[in-house]
Amino acid sequence: MMSGASPVLEVLGLSKFFKAVKAVRNVSFSVARGKTFGIVGESGSGKSTTARLVLRLIEPTSGDISFRGRDLSAMRPEELRRERRHMQMIFQDPFGSLNGRMTVRETLTEPQMVHGIGTPASRVETASGLLAEVGLPTAALDRFPHEFSGGQRQRIAIARALATNPELIVADEPVSALDVSVQAQVLNLLRDLQERHGTTMLFISHDLRVVQFMCDEIAVMYLGEIVEQGPRERIYGAPAHPYTQALLASVPGRGSGKRTRLVGEIPSAHAAPSGCAFRTRCPQAHERCAVEAPVMRQLGDGQQAACHLLDKAVSA
Amino acid sequence: MNTYVPSEALGPPHSAVGTGPVLEVEGLSLSFRNEGGLLPIVTDISFSIGRGEAVALVGESGCGKSITASAVMGLAPDNAVITGEIRLNGQRISGLSPRERRKLCGRHMGFIFQEPMTALHPTLTIGRQMTDTLSHNLGLGQRAATGRAVELLVKVGIPRPMDILKGYVHELSGGMRQRVMIALAISCGPSLIIADEPTTALDVTIQAQVLDLLEDMRRELDLAMLFITHDLEVVGDFCDRAVVMYAGDVVERATGRAVIETPHHPYTRGLIDAIPAHGGARHRLTPIPGTVPPVGAWPEGCRFAPRCQRADEQCRIHPRLDAVGVSVVRCWHPVEEVPA
Repeated sequence: MMSGASPVLEVLGLSKFFKAVKAVRNVSFSVARGKTFGIVGESGSGKSTTARLVLRLIEPTSGDISFRGRDLSAMRPEELRRERRHMQMIFQDPFGSLNGRMTVRETLTEPQMVHGIGTPASRVETASGLLAEVGLPTAALDRFPHEFSGGQRQRIAIARALATNPELIVADEPVSALDVSVQAQVLNLLRDLQERHGTTMLFISHDLRVVQFMCDEIAVMYLGEIVEQGPRERIYGAPAHPYTQALLASVPGRGSGKRTRLVGEIPSAHAAPSGCAFRTRCPQAHERCAVEAPVMRQLGDGQQAACHLLDKAVSA
Repeated sequence: MNTYVPSEALGPPHSAVGTGPVLEVEGLSLSFRNEGGLLPIVTDISFSIGRGEAVALVGESGCGKSITASAVMGLAPDNAVITGEIRLNGQRISGLSPRERRKLCGRHMGFIFQEPMTALHPTLTIGRQMTDTLSHNLGLGQRAATGRAVELLVKVGIPRPMDILKGYVHELSGGMRQRVMIALAISCGPSLIIADEPTTALDVTIQAQVLDLLEDMRRELDLAMLFITHDLEVVGDFCDRAVVMYAGDVVERATGRAVIETPHHPYTRGLIDAIPAHGGARHRLTPIPGTVPPVGAWPEGCRFAPRCQRADEQCRIHPRLDAVGVSVVRCWHPVEEVPA
């Protein structure tokens, strides 16, 4: 496992079934203090559901979540509510995630008030400090979300997430709605703030370029399962799972010419294939993949992947 | 089975095509008429596309790329005032009445939009939409049109085409919808395809499939393609040439590779430096400071100058497009160094 400090977040065997739909299946990972853990996958991979499960915004069907060394999955509502000051979320849509009737001042002081942090005066002081940190003028305090551009709104959402000085920030596609030049501003900001505050981050994205820039450790999800996981250098430098390899080959601007393409589309979670969920699109699928689900195999350097093809590679 | 008309029987794909460019846009400007007068949206846009060639219109939200495309398509809003000239296969199509325009372009231009859910009809079967288009533009009978529709769906890689024809757009996945759009766009043997962010809403593996399909169709049918996108890396992979737009201006014209590898306009260079992990992981990205100015608030002179580190006094004068290497750039101080 990870060396050094104990992980801020540890997830073990997390699953979420919506009736027959297995949205998330047996997901396990841990995030070390001050690190960014990325979950990457396409629509329907279960990455956003995983993020919401981790925060218990939705209740898991099974599995354990340990946050700051405490069992989050067993907490009662009141205890969970108090714990929430240590975990905050940033959403994709900076238009929908901010309350349009609240001024920036209210948006930034409310979380502090809810969690009983500071006095009315100190909360406003914190709020203007946060604005400065995310690169907005103090004058923004008395304005409303609609008066800002998309990038500025996302800065406000980041400031709000920081308002309770959380240990963990869960960011779900935080830059997907932004143009590339503004996206770069927000990504730099997230990294600077993380370095300054030592915040741990769970970063959800479909964009492999953004994940490569932001994340230390990465899990690749497909149809509700983690198929490969490991340090950034390994995932991008030596991807082991055929799905990871295909994802990377699909990113524009990488290795033009010899492009390998996945056929078909991600199947419905209502009718997940037997055996390995990826086999219906895998260029290297064989008989075994239809009957037996592959288990995670350790590949060294903290990299692991679930694929039958790796049996030979590991034993050889 | 139905009898069908093989595509050869529909005549050569570009019956109206000479040897010149398929699309020529010359000095195109578009303004919106409002109470205060005219509000310029794009100014002095020129480019051309030859047969079998893909040209990208690239830029961020608000740069004017989509409105330029809509002017070419004849879909600009009613209060738009258009000057300059647009020619399709050598014939002037700007300034024509909608009826004349339809007559001239109907079957020669195919459209692919970002969101097929809104571009395709929700309550007509896919078969009906395809056969209507085919009978209207090519005068095919019901049987021949159905046969042609099946043939087109097979061509764009749709399995079980007969089932798809009976179905509706909401029953399809995003990737399949986009394939249907492509089938419709090529259905009448056009010489020009206009694709507005055709893969932006798709997952990366599906995006790759659809881009491959567009490229196959372009090569096989010798189509001219106008490709509107915000993604410079897609441009580098799939387009022969690129037209970079900023605040209603063409700021750079170059080949698809050159625009990525040797960008000369500071804005183009800024866009490339802002791409995460372009050319390997870096510690920090280099964002472009500030935001795109809204229409009506363009600065005098070079419109990029307030965000540009190279700007000086000279940039108060609007620069002309000028040759830099093999590219054409609208800048007094073009970038010469190659990105790392």
